[in-house]
Amino acid sequence: MKTWEQRLFPYLMLLPMLLIFTVFLFYPAVNGLWTSFHKWDGVNPAKFIGWENYVNLFQDTAFWKSVGRTLLFTLISVPGIYILGLALALLLTTSIKGRSVYRAVFYLPCLISSIVVGLAWRFLLSEDFGVVNYLLTIMGGKPVRWLTDPRNALVAVAMISIWSMAGYYMVMFISGLQTIDTEYYDAASIDGANGWQRFLHITLPLLRPTSLLVLVLSTVAIIKTYPLVVALTGGGPAGATKFIVHIIQETGFEKYKMGYASAMTMVLFFLLMILTLLQFKFSRGGKTNEN
Amino acid sequence: MKTKKVVGRIFLYLLVVLACFAFLMPILWIVFSSFKTQSELFAWPPKLFSMSPSFDNYRLAFSSGDFGAYFFNTSFVAIVATVITVVINTMAGYVFAKYRFKGDRFLFMMVLATLMIPLEVIMIPIFKVIVATHLYNNLWGLIIPAAASPTAVFLVRQYYLSISSSIMESARIDGASEWRIFTSVMLPIGKPVMAVLTIISFMWRWNDYLWPKIIINNKQKFTIQLALANFSGEYSVDWNSLLAMSVVSMLPVIVVFLIFQKHIVGGMTTGAVKG
Repeated sequence: MKTWEQRLFPYLMLLPMLLIFTVFLFYPAVNGLWTSFHKWDGVNPAKFIGWENYVNLFQDTAFWKSVGRTLLFTLISVPGIYILGLALALLLTTSIKGRSVYRAVFYLPCLISSIVVGLAWRFLLSEDFGVVNYLLTIMGGKPVRWLTDPRNALVAVAMISIWSMAGYYMVMFISGLQTIDTEYYDAASIDGANGWQRFLHITLPLLRPTSLLVLVLSTVAIIKTYPLVVALTGGGPAGATKFIVHIIQETGFEKYKMGYASAMTMVLFFLLMILTLLQFKFSRGGKTNEN
Repeated sequence: MKTKKVVGRIFLYLLVVLACFAFLMPILWIVFSSFKTQSELFAWPPKLFSMSPSFDNYRLAFSSGDFGAYFFNTSFVAIVATVITVVINTMAGYVFAKYRFKGDRFLFMMVLATLMIPLEVIMIPIFKVIVATHLYNNLWGLIIPAAASPTAVFLVRQYYLSISSSIMESARIDGASEWRIFTSVMLPIGKPVMAVLTIISFMWRWNDYLWPKIIINNKQKFTIQLALANFSGEYSVDWNSLLAMSVVSMLPVIVVFLIFQKHIVGGMTTGAVKG
Protein backbone atom coordinates (compact mmCIF):
# COMPACT_ATOMS: atom_id res chain seq x y z
CA MET A 1 0.00 0.00 0.00
CA LYS A 2 1.41 3.36 -1.02
CA THR A 3 1.29 6.30 1.34
CA TRP A 4 -0.24 9.56 0.15
CA GLU A 5 3.27 10.93 -0.03
CA GLN A 6 4.38 8.21 -2.42
CA ARG A 7 1.30 8.80 -4.55
CA LEU A 8 1.71 12.54 -4.77
CA PHE A 9 5.50 12.69 -5.06
CA PRO A 10 5.86 11.82 -8.77
CA TYR A 11 3.34 14.47 -9.79
CA LEU A 12 5.01 17.14 -7.70
CA MET A 13 8.37 16.26 -9.24
CA LEU A 14 6.92 16.47 -12.75
CA LEU A 15 5.01 19.67 -12.15
CA PRO A 16 7.63 22.34 -13.04
CA MET A 17 8.72 20.58 -16.23
CA LEU A 18 5.19 19.72 -17.35
CA LEU A 19 3.93 23.22 -16.68
CA ILE A 20 6.57 24.86 -18.87
CA PHE A 21 6.33 22.03 -21.38
CA THR A 22 2.58 22.43 -21.78
CA VAL A 23 2.53 26.22 -22.04
CA PHE A 24 5.64 26.76 -24.16
CA LEU A 25 6.00 23.60 -26.20
CA PHE A 26 2.91 21.46 -26.40
CA TYR A 27 0.39 24.25 -26.74
CA PRO A 28 2.44 26.12 -29.39
CA ALA A 29 2.91 22.90 -31.35
CA VAL A 30 -0.86 22.46 -31.54
CA ASN A 31 -1.51 26.16 -31.96
CA GLY A 32 0.83 26.39 -34.95
CA LEU A 33 -1.57 24.31 -37.00
CA TRP A 34 -4.49 26.49 -35.90
CA THR A 35 -2.59 29.68 -36.76
CA SER A 36 -1.80 28.39 -40.24
CA PHE A 37 -5.53 28.58 -41.08
CA HIS A 38 -5.73 32.22 -40.03
CA LYS A 39 -4.79 35.64 -41.28
CA TRP A 40 -2.87 37.26 -38.45
CA ASP A 41 -0.48 40.21 -38.22
CA GLY A 42 0.69 39.46 -34.69
CA VAL A 43 -1.27 42.32 -33.11
CA ASN A 44 -4.90 42.40 -34.28
CA PRO A 45 -7.28 39.45 -33.77
CA ALA A 46 -6.68 36.50 -36.09
CA LYS A 47 -9.23 35.85 -38.82
CA PHE A 48 -10.09 32.34 -39.98
CA ILE A 49 -9.47 31.98 -43.72
CA GLY A 50 -9.52 28.21 -44.21
CA TRP A 51 -6.96 26.87 -46.68
CA GLU A 52 -6.11 30.26 -48.17
CA ASN A 53 -2.58 30.39 -46.69
CA TYR A 54 -1.81 26.96 -48.11
CA VAL A 55 -3.29 27.79 -51.51
CA ASN A 56 -1.17 30.95 -51.66
CA LEU A 57 1.88 29.13 -50.38
CA PHE A 58 1.51 26.50 -53.08
CA GLN A 59 1.89 29.23 -55.72
CA ASP A 60 4.63 31.11 -53.91
CA THR A 61 7.65 30.61 -56.18
CA ALA A 62 10.02 32.51 -53.88
CA PHE A 63 9.23 30.04 -51.09
CA TRP A 64 9.61 26.92 -53.21
CA LYS A 65 12.84 28.25 -54.66
CA SER A 66 14.07 28.59 -51.11
CA VAL A 67 12.95 25.03 -50.34
CA GLY A 68 14.85 23.80 -53.39
CA ARG A 69 17.90 25.82 -52.37
CA THR A 70 17.73 24.36 -48.86
CA LEU A 71 17.57 20.83 -50.27
CA LEU A 72 20.52 21.48 -52.58
CA PHE A 73 22.43 22.88 -49.63
CA THR A 74 21.54 19.77 -47.61
CA LEU A 75 22.63 17.53 -50.47
CA ILE A 76 26.09 19.15 -50.45
CA SER A 77 26.56 19.60 -46.70
CA VAL A 78 25.31 16.31 -45.24
CA PRO A 79 27.55 13.99 -47.30
CA GLY A 80 30.44 16.36 -46.59
CA ILE A 81 29.80 16.23 -42.85
CA TYR A 82 29.40 12.45 -43.00
CA ILE A 83 32.61 11.84 -44.94
CA LEU A 84 34.75 14.32 -43.00
CA GLY A 85 33.31 13.24 -39.64
CA LEU A 86 33.98 9.57 -40.40
CA ALA A 87 37.44 10.27 -41.83
CA LEU A 88 38.47 12.20 -38.72
CA ALA A 89 37.07 9.46 -36.49
CA LEU A 90 39.00 6.79 -38.41
CA LEU A 91 42.14 8.88 -38.14
CA LEU A 92 41.67 9.15 -34.38
CA THR A 93 41.07 5.43 -33.88
CA THR A 94 44.47 4.57 -35.35
CA SER A 95 47.44 4.21 -33.03
CA ILE A 96 48.86 7.72 -33.56
CA LYS A 97 50.06 9.67 -30.55
CA GLY A 98 48.23 12.66 -29.03
CA ARG A 99 44.75 11.60 -30.08
CA SER A 100 42.93 13.48 -27.32
CA VAL A 101 44.62 16.72 -28.39
CA TYR A 102 43.60 16.25 -32.03
CA ARG A 103 40.09 15.36 -30.96
CA ALA A 104 39.80 18.60 -29.00
CA VAL A 105 41.13 20.55 -32.00
CA PHE A 106 38.60 18.98 -34.39
CA TYR A 107 35.81 19.57 -31.89
CA LEU A 108 36.73 23.21 -31.28
CA PRO A 109 34.63 24.74 -34.11
CA CYS A 110 31.52 23.06 -32.62
CA LEU A 111 31.93 25.17 -29.51
CA ILE A 112 31.74 28.43 -31.43
CA SER A 113 28.36 29.99 -32.11
CA SER A 114 27.06 30.05 -35.68
CA ILE A 115 27.10 33.83 -35.59
CA VAL A 116 30.81 33.97 -34.71
CA VAL A 117 31.63 31.21 -37.21
CA GLY A 118 29.83 33.26 -39.84
CA LEU A 119 31.63 36.48 -38.90
CA ALA A 120 35.00 34.76 -38.77
CA TRP A 121 34.66 33.27 -42.23
CA ARG A 122 33.26 36.46 -43.64
CA PHE A 123 36.51 38.07 -42.50
CA LEU A 124 38.69 35.24 -43.81
CA LEU A 125 36.89 35.05 -47.15
CA SER A 126 36.77 38.78 -47.79
CA GLU A 127 37.64 39.74 -51.35
CA ASP A 128 39.82 42.71 -50.46
CA PHE A 129 41.69 41.66 -47.35
CA GLY A 130 40.79 38.00 -46.76
CA VAL A 131 43.61 35.59 -46.10
CA VAL A 132 42.03 32.78 -48.13
CA ASN A 133 42.21 34.77 -51.33
CA TYR A 134 45.74 35.82 -50.43
CA LEU A 135 46.77 32.17 -50.12
CA LEU A 136 45.12 31.48 -53.46
CA THR A 137 47.04 34.27 -55.19
CA ILE A 138 50.44 33.21 -53.83
CA MET A 139 49.72 29.70 -55.09
CA GLY A 140 49.15 31.19 -58.54
CA GLY A 141 45.37 31.26 -58.49
CA LYS A 142 42.97 34.12 -58.92
CA PRO A 143 41.00 35.68 -56.06
CA VAL A 144 37.51 34.22 -55.79
CA ARG A 145 34.36 36.14 -54.95
CA TRP A 146 33.34 33.58 -52.34
CA LEU A 147 30.38 35.30 -50.78
CA THR A 148 29.37 37.94 -53.30
CA ASP A 149 28.99 35.72 -56.34
CA PRO A 150 25.65 33.85 -56.26
CA ARG A 151 27.27 30.84 -57.91
CA ASN A 152 29.86 30.45 -55.14
CA ALA A 153 28.00 31.57 -52.04
CA LEU A 154 25.91 28.43 -51.49
CA VAL A 155 28.93 26.16 -51.83
CA ALA A 156 30.96 28.41 -49.55
CA VAL A 157 28.24 28.29 -46.87
CA ALA A 158 28.13 24.49 -47.25
CA MET A 159 31.91 24.21 -46.81
CA ILE A 160 31.80 26.36 -43.69
CA SER A 161 28.92 24.29 -42.29
CA ILE A 162 30.94 21.14 -42.87
CA TRP A 163 33.95 22.71 -41.15
CA SER A 164 31.91 23.77 -38.14
CA MET A 165 29.87 20.59 -37.66
CA ALA A 166 32.14 17.69 -38.65
CA GLY A 167 33.77 17.51 -35.19
CA TYR A 168 30.45 16.95 -33.47
CA TYR A 169 29.63 13.93 -35.60
CA MET A 170 33.24 12.73 -35.42
CA VAL A 171 32.67 12.17 -31.69
CA MET A 172 29.64 9.99 -32.48
CA PHE A 173 31.59 8.03 -35.08
CA ILE A 174 34.45 7.47 -32.63
CA SER A 175 32.13 5.89 -30.06
CA GLY A 176 30.48 3.88 -32.84
CA LEU A 177 33.85 2.62 -34.05
CA GLN A 178 34.87 1.64 -30.53
CA THR A 179 31.93 -0.76 -30.28
CA ILE A 180 33.25 -2.82 -33.20
CA ASP A 181 34.98 -5.96 -32.00
CA THR A 182 38.64 -6.03 -33.10
CA GLU A 183 38.37 -9.79 -33.66
CA TYR A 184 36.57 -9.11 -36.93
CA TYR A 185 39.54 -7.16 -38.21
CA ASP A 186 42.02 -9.79 -37.08
CA ALA A 187 40.06 -12.52 -38.79
CA ALA A 188 39.80 -10.48 -41.98
CA SER A 189 43.53 -9.72 -41.96
CA ILE A 190 44.31 -13.42 -41.67
CA ASP A 191 42.06 -14.02 -44.66
CA GLY A 192 44.16 -11.46 -46.54
CA ALA A 193 41.76 -8.52 -46.65
CA ASN A 194 43.48 -5.18 -47.15
CA GLY A 195 42.63 -1.97 -45.30
CA TRP A 196 40.09 -0.77 -47.82
CA GLN A 197 38.32 -4.14 -47.94
CA ARG A 198 38.17 -4.26 -44.16
CA PHE A 199 36.67 -0.79 -44.10
CA LEU A 200 34.11 -1.65 -46.77
CA HIS A 201 33.05 -5.05 -45.45
CA ILE A 202 33.46 -4.72 -41.70
CA THR A 203 33.55 -1.10 -40.58
CA LEU A 204 30.78 0.34 -42.76
CA PRO A 205 28.16 -2.40 -42.18
CA LEU A 206 28.80 -2.55 -38.43
CA LEU A 207 28.73 1.22 -38.20
CA ARG A 208 25.26 1.42 -39.71
CA PRO A 209 23.35 2.48 -36.55
CA THR A 210 25.79 5.32 -35.95
CA SER A 211 25.70 6.29 -39.63
CA LEU A 212 21.94 6.52 -39.57
CA LEU A 213 21.99 8.66 -36.45
CA VAL A 214 24.61 10.99 -37.93
CA LEU A 215 22.67 11.32 -41.18
CA VAL A 216 19.37 12.07 -39.45
CA LEU A 217 20.80 14.54 -36.95
CA SER A 218 23.00 16.35 -39.46
CA THR A 219 20.16 16.61 -41.98
CA VAL A 220 17.85 18.14 -39.38
CA ALA A 221 20.59 20.52 -38.24
CA ILE A 222 21.52 21.57 -41.79
CA ILE A 223 17.94 22.18 -42.91
CA LYS A 224 17.54 24.60 -40.00
CA THR A 225 20.59 26.66 -41.06
CA TYR A 226 19.86 30.31 -40.38
CA PRO A 227 22.15 32.14 -37.88
CA LEU A 228 25.28 31.19 -39.84
CA VAL A 229 23.87 32.77 -42.96
CA VAL A 230 22.73 35.87 -41.07
CA ALA A 231 26.31 36.60 -40.10
CA LEU A 232 27.95 35.36 -43.28
CA THR A 233 25.89 36.61 -46.21
CA GLY A 234 22.62 37.98 -44.81
CA GLY A 235 20.93 35.50 -47.17
CA GLY A 236 22.54 37.08 -50.21
CA PRO A 237 23.83 37.68 -52.74
CA ALA A 238 20.43 38.13 -54.36
CA GLY A 239 18.87 35.54 -52.04
CA ALA A 240 21.31 32.81 -53.11
CA THR A 241 21.74 31.59 -49.53
CA LYS A 242 18.31 32.33 -48.13
CA PHE A 243 17.05 29.06 -46.67
CA ILE A 244 13.63 28.05 -45.32
CA VAL A 245 13.97 29.21 -41.71
CA HIS A 246 15.23 32.58 -42.94
CA ILE A 247 12.15 33.01 -45.16
CA ILE A 248 9.82 31.98 -42.32
CA GLN A 249 11.47 34.43 -39.93
CA GLU A 250 11.17 37.26 -42.46
CA THR A 251 7.58 36.46 -43.36
CA GLY A 252 6.47 36.21 -39.75
CA PHE A 253 8.51 38.84 -37.96
CA GLU A 254 9.38 41.39 -40.61
CA LYS A 255 6.36 41.26 -42.89
CA TYR A 256 4.03 40.37 -39.99
CA LYS A 257 2.27 37.62 -41.91
CA MET A 258 2.13 35.23 -38.97
CA GLY A 259 -0.58 32.95 -40.34
CA TYR A 260 1.18 32.59 -43.66
CA ALA A 261 4.49 31.95 -41.91
CA SER A 262 2.79 29.24 -39.82
CA ALA A 263 1.74 27.48 -43.01
CA MET A 264 5.41 27.62 -44.05
CA THR A 265 6.49 26.03 -40.77
CA MET A 266 4.12 23.15 -41.48
CA VAL A 267 5.98 22.55 -44.74
CA LEU A 268 9.28 22.66 -42.83
CA PHE A 269 7.94 20.19 -40.27
CA PHE A 270 6.72 17.89 -43.04
CA LEU A 271 10.10 18.07 -44.75
CA LEU A 272 11.95 17.15 -41.56
CA MET A 273 9.57 14.25 -40.95
CA ILE A 274 9.83 12.88 -44.48
CA LEU A 275 13.61 13.09 -44.57
CA THR A 276 13.89 11.37 -41.19
CA LEU A 277 11.49 8.59 -42.17
CA LEU A 278 13.20 8.12 -45.55
CA GLN A 279 16.56 7.68 -43.90
CA PHE A 280 15.15 5.14 -41.48
CA LYS A 281 13.50 3.22 -44.28
CA PHE A 282 16.55 3.40 -46.49
CA SER A 283 18.88 2.11 -43.81
CA ARG A 284 16.58 -0.69 -42.75
CA GLY A 285 16.16 -1.74 -46.37
CA GLY A 286 19.92 -1.98 -46.69
CA LYS A 287 20.12 -4.16 -43.63
CA THR A 288 17.59 -6.76 -44.78
CA ASN A 289 19.30 -7.04 -48.16
CA GLU A 290 22.53 -7.93 -46.50
CA ASN A 291 21.10 -10.53 -44.16
CA MET B 1 57.26 -4.55 -45.21
CA LYS B 2 58.80 -2.39 -42.52
CA THR B 3 59.45 0.60 -44.77
CA LYS B 4 55.88 0.34 -45.98
CA LYS B 5 54.68 0.63 -42.41
CA VAL B 6 56.90 3.63 -41.73
CA VAL B 7 55.66 5.38 -44.86
CA GLY B 8 52.11 4.65 -43.78
CA ARG B 9 52.68 6.21 -40.38
CA ILE B 10 54.32 9.30 -41.84
CA PHE B 11 51.33 9.64 -44.13
CA LEU B 12 48.96 9.38 -41.14
CA TYR B 13 50.76 12.08 -39.20
CA LEU B 14 50.82 14.29 -42.27
CA LEU B 15 47.05 13.92 -42.55
CA VAL B 16 46.52 14.76 -38.88
CA VAL B 17 48.72 17.84 -39.06
CA LEU B 18 46.92 19.00 -42.18
CA ALA B 19 43.54 18.47 -40.53
CA CYS B 20 44.63 20.32 -37.38
CA PHE B 21 45.80 23.19 -39.54
CA ALA B 22 42.44 23.36 -41.33
CA PHE B 23 40.45 23.31 -38.09
CA LEU B 24 42.65 25.50 -35.94
CA MET B 25 44.06 28.09 -38.32
CA PRO B 26 40.80 29.97 -39.06
CA ILE B 27 40.18 30.39 -35.32
CA LEU B 28 43.78 31.40 -34.57
CA TRP B 29 43.72 33.89 -37.41
CA ILE B 30 40.68 35.58 -35.89
CA VAL B 31 42.24 35.59 -32.43
CA PHE B 32 45.52 37.10 -33.69
CA SER B 33 43.66 39.58 -35.87
CA SER B 34 41.77 40.89 -32.86
CA PHE B 35 45.08 42.38 -31.63
CA LYS B 36 45.79 44.22 -34.88
CA THR B 37 45.42 47.89 -35.64
CA GLN B 38 42.84 48.99 -38.18
CA SER B 39 45.37 49.41 -40.98
CA GLU B 40 46.89 46.02 -40.25
CA LEU B 41 43.46 44.37 -40.44
CA PHE B 42 43.00 45.50 -44.02
CA ALA B 43 46.64 45.32 -45.08
CA TRP B 44 47.68 43.45 -48.20
CA PRO B 45 49.36 41.02 -47.96
CA PRO B 46 47.62 40.04 -44.72
CA LYS B 47 49.91 38.94 -41.88
CA LEU B 48 49.15 36.56 -39.03
CA PHE B 49 50.92 38.59 -36.34
CA SER B 50 50.51 42.22 -35.55
CA MET B 51 53.62 44.44 -35.51
CA SER B 52 52.26 46.31 -32.49
CA PRO B 53 49.76 44.00 -30.78
CA SER B 54 47.49 45.74 -28.30
CA PHE B 55 44.26 45.35 -26.41
CA ASP B 56 42.90 48.53 -28.02
CA ASN B 57 40.17 46.64 -29.86
CA TYR B 58 39.03 45.05 -26.64
CA ARG B 59 39.08 48.38 -24.84
CA LEU B 60 37.10 49.90 -27.71
CA ALA B 61 34.52 47.11 -27.66
CA PHE B 62 33.91 47.40 -23.93
CA SER B 63 33.92 51.20 -23.75
CA SER B 64 32.14 52.38 -26.88
CA GLY B 65 29.31 49.90 -27.18
CA ASP B 66 27.22 48.24 -24.52
CA PHE B 67 29.27 45.09 -24.75
CA GLY B 68 29.51 44.83 -20.97
CA ALA B 69 25.71 44.83 -20.74
CA TYR B 70 25.41 42.20 -23.49
CA PHE B 71 27.95 40.06 -21.71
CA PHE B 72 26.01 40.38 -18.46
CA ASN B 73 22.66 39.59 -20.15
CA THR B 74 24.09 36.51 -21.83
CA SER B 75 25.75 35.27 -18.63
CA PHE B 76 22.56 35.80 -16.65
CA VAL B 77 20.43 33.95 -19.18
CA ALA B 78 22.89 31.10 -19.73
CA ILE B 79 23.59 30.45 -16.05
CA VAL B 80 20.03 30.79 -14.68
CA ALA B 81 18.53 28.88 -17.61
CA THR B 82 21.07 26.08 -17.27
CA VAL B 83 20.36 25.69 -13.55
CA ILE B 84 16.59 25.59 -14.12
CA THR B 85 16.93 23.26 -17.11
CA VAL B 86 19.10 20.77 -15.26
CA VAL B 87 16.93 20.80 -12.12
CA ILE B 88 13.45 20.43 -13.60
CA ASN B 89 14.37 17.93 -16.31
CA THR B 90 16.39 15.79 -13.92
CA MET B 91 13.40 15.68 -11.57
CA ALA B 92 11.07 14.71 -14.40
CA GLY B 93 13.38 12.16 -16.01
CA TYR B 94 14.04 10.53 -12.65
CA VAL B 95 10.35 10.15 -11.91
CA PHE B 96 9.62 8.71 -15.35
CA ALA B 97 12.36 6.13 -14.78
CA LYS B 98 11.65 5.15 -11.18
CA TYR B 99 7.93 5.58 -10.44
CA ARG B 100 4.74 3.99 -11.72
CA PHE B 101 1.74 6.28 -11.35
CA LYS B 102 -1.56 7.00 -13.02
CA GLY B 103 -0.96 8.57 -16.43
CA ASP B 104 2.81 7.95 -16.47
CA ARG B 105 2.80 6.37 -19.91
CA PHE B 106 0.52 9.01 -21.37
CA LEU B 107 2.60 11.88 -19.99
CA PHE B 108 5.85 10.35 -21.16
CA MET B 109 4.48 9.72 -24.65
CA MET B 110 3.30 13.32 -24.79
CA VAL B 111 6.82 14.52 -23.97
CA LEU B 112 8.36 12.10 -26.46
CA ALA B 113 6.00 13.22 -29.21
CA THR B 114 7.50 16.71 -29.16
CA LEU B 115 11.07 15.44 -29.32
CA MET B 116 11.06 15.91 -33.08
CA ILE B 117 9.64 19.44 -33.03
CA PRO B 118 12.41 22.03 -33.14
CA LEU B 119 11.95 25.68 -32.18
CA GLU B 120 12.18 26.61 -35.83
CA VAL B 121 8.88 24.87 -36.45
CA ILE B 122 6.96 26.52 -33.62
CA MET B 123 8.52 29.98 -33.60
CA ILE B 124 5.30 31.74 -34.64
CA PRO B 125 2.98 30.29 -31.95
CA ILE B 126 5.79 30.56 -29.36
CA PHE B 127 5.88 34.28 -30.08
CA LYS B 128 2.14 34.43 -29.47
CA VAL B 129 2.49 32.75 -26.06
CA ILE B 130 5.47 34.95 -25.14
CA VAL B 131 3.47 38.09 -25.83
CA ALA B 132 0.44 36.77 -23.92
CA THR B 133 2.55 35.91 -20.86
CA HIS B 134 4.28 39.34 -20.91
CA LEU B 135 7.67 37.77 -21.49
CA TYR B 136 8.39 39.71 -24.69
CA ASN B 137 11.53 41.83 -24.41
CA ASN B 138 12.21 40.17 -21.10
CA LEU B 139 15.27 38.09 -20.26
CA TRP B 140 13.00 35.64 -18.41
CA GLY B 141 11.33 35.08 -21.77
CA LEU B 142 14.64 33.62 -22.91
CA ILE B 143 15.10 31.57 -19.77
CA ILE B 144 11.78 29.92 -18.93
CA PRO B 145 10.15 28.74 -22.17
CA ALA B 146 13.05 26.58 -23.39
CA ALA B 147 13.80 25.17 -19.92
CA ALA B 148 11.53 22.16 -20.43
CA SER B 149 13.52 19.91 -22.74
CA PRO B 150 12.14 16.58 -23.97
CA THR B 151 15.66 15.55 -24.99
CA ALA B 152 16.95 16.20 -21.48
CA VAL B 153 14.04 14.33 -19.87
CA PHE B 154 14.75 11.41 -22.17
CA LEU B 155 18.49 11.37 -21.41
CA VAL B 156 17.91 11.49 -17.65
CA ARG B 157 15.27 8.76 -17.83
CA GLN B 158 17.59 6.50 -19.83
CA TYR B 159 20.33 7.11 -17.30
CA TYR B 160 18.22 6.26 -14.25
CA LEU B 161 16.73 3.20 -15.95
CA SER B 162 20.25 1.77 -15.97
CA ILE B 163 20.51 2.21 -12.19
CA SER B 164 19.08 -0.39 -9.84
CA SER B 165 16.10 0.58 -7.68
CA SER B 166 17.23 -1.60 -4.79
CA ILE B 167 18.99 1.30 -3.06
CA MET B 168 15.68 3.17 -3.07
CA GLU B 169 13.93 0.22 -1.48
CA SER B 170 16.42 -0.08 1.34
CA ALA B 171 16.28 3.67 1.95
CA ARG B 172 12.49 3.41 2.14
CA ILE B 173 12.75 0.63 4.73
CA ASP B 174 15.04 2.91 6.72
CA GLY B 175 12.17 5.38 6.76
CA ALA B 176 13.54 7.99 4.33
CA SER B 177 10.97 10.18 2.57
CA GLU B 178 10.74 10.08 -1.25
CA TRP B 179 12.18 13.58 -1.47
CA ARG B 180 15.08 12.59 0.76
CA ILE B 181 15.75 9.47 -1.29
CA PHE B 182 15.94 11.67 -4.35
CA THR B 183 18.14 14.43 -2.93
CA SER B 184 20.58 12.41 -0.87
CA VAL B 185 20.72 9.05 -2.65
CA MET B 186 19.70 9.28 -6.31
CA LEU B 187 20.80 12.82 -7.16
CA PRO B 188 24.51 12.23 -6.38
CA ILE B 189 24.40 9.11 -8.57
CA GLY B 190 23.05 11.26 -11.41
CA LYS B 191 26.08 13.55 -11.56
CA PRO B 192 27.38 12.31 -14.95
CA VAL B 193 24.11 12.87 -16.80
CA MET B 194 23.65 16.22 -15.08
CA ALA B 195 27.12 17.26 -16.23
CA VAL B 196 26.12 16.43 -19.78
CA LEU B 197 22.91 18.44 -19.47
CA THR B 198 24.86 21.34 -17.99
CA ILE B 199 27.28 21.61 -20.88
CA ILE B 200 24.66 21.07 -23.57
CA SER B 201 22.35 23.63 -22.01
CA PHE B 202 25.04 26.22 -21.32
CA MET B 203 26.52 25.90 -24.80
CA TRP B 204 23.17 26.19 -26.45
CA ARG B 205 22.03 29.15 -24.36
CA TRP B 206 25.27 31.02 -24.79
CA ASN B 207 25.45 30.49 -28.54
CA ASP B 208 21.77 30.65 -29.43
CA TYR B 209 20.58 33.26 -31.86
CA LEU B 210 17.06 32.39 -33.07
CA TRP B 211 15.34 32.41 -29.68
CA PRO B 212 16.72 35.83 -28.60
CA LYS B 213 16.00 37.14 -32.09
CA ILE B 214 12.30 36.34 -31.65
CA ILE B 215 11.93 37.45 -28.04
CA ILE B 216 14.28 40.43 -27.60
CA ASN B 217 13.87 43.65 -29.52
CA ASN B 218 15.15 46.14 -26.96
CA LYS B 219 18.87 46.86 -27.50
CA GLN B 220 19.48 47.09 -23.76
CA LYS B 221 18.48 43.44 -23.41
CA PHE B 222 20.49 42.06 -26.32
CA THR B 223 22.56 38.93 -25.85
CA ILE B 224 26.07 38.82 -27.32
CA GLN B 225 24.96 36.81 -30.34
CA LEU B 226 22.17 39.25 -31.11
CA ALA B 227 24.54 42.18 -30.75
CA LEU B 228 27.19 40.59 -32.97
CA ALA B 229 24.63 39.80 -35.65
CA ASN B 230 23.25 43.30 -35.38
CA PHE B 231 26.66 44.98 -35.75
CA SER B 232 27.59 42.75 -38.65
CA GLY B 233 24.48 43.86 -40.48
CA GLU B 234 25.47 47.52 -40.32
CA TYR B 235 26.50 49.31 -43.47
CA SER B 236 30.18 49.58 -42.62
CA VAL B 237 31.29 46.74 -40.40
CA ASP B 238 33.58 47.79 -37.54
CA TRP B 239 35.84 44.76 -37.71
CA ASN B 240 38.13 45.98 -34.93
CA SER B 241 35.63 45.76 -32.11
CA LEU B 242 33.65 42.98 -33.80
CA LEU B 243 36.66 40.64 -33.79
CA ALA B 244 37.47 41.49 -30.18
CA MET B 245 33.87 40.84 -29.14
CA SER B 246 33.82 37.56 -31.06
CA VAL B 247 36.93 36.33 -29.29
CA VAL B 248 35.58 37.29 -25.85
CA SER B 249 32.26 35.62 -26.68
CA MET B 250 34.00 32.31 -27.40
CA LEU B 251 35.79 32.07 -24.05
CA PRO B 252 33.01 31.09 -21.59
CA VAL B 253 31.88 28.10 -23.65
CA ILE B 254 35.45 26.90 -24.08
CA VAL B 255 36.04 27.20 -20.32
CA VAL B 256 32.84 25.31 -19.47
CA PHE B 257 33.72 22.70 -22.06
CA LEU B 258 37.19 22.17 -20.60
CA ILE B 259 35.72 21.71 -17.10
CA PHE B 260 33.11 19.17 -18.22
CA GLN B 261 34.98 17.67 -21.17
CA LYS B 262 35.56 14.35 -19.44
CA HIS B 263 31.82 13.82 -19.14
CA ILE B 264 30.70 15.14 -22.47
CA VAL B 265 32.79 12.91 -24.72
CA GLY B 266 31.57 9.75 -23.03
CA GLY B 267 28.18 10.83 -21.76
CA MET B 268 26.84 12.77 -24.70
CA THR B 269 27.59 10.09 -27.23
CA THR B 270 26.24 7.18 -25.23
CA GLY B 271 23.06 9.14 -24.64
CA ALA B 272 22.83 10.14 -28.27
CA VAL B 273 23.49 6.67 -29.65
CA LYS B 274 21.00 5.10 -27.30
CA GLY B 275 18.46 7.77 -28.15
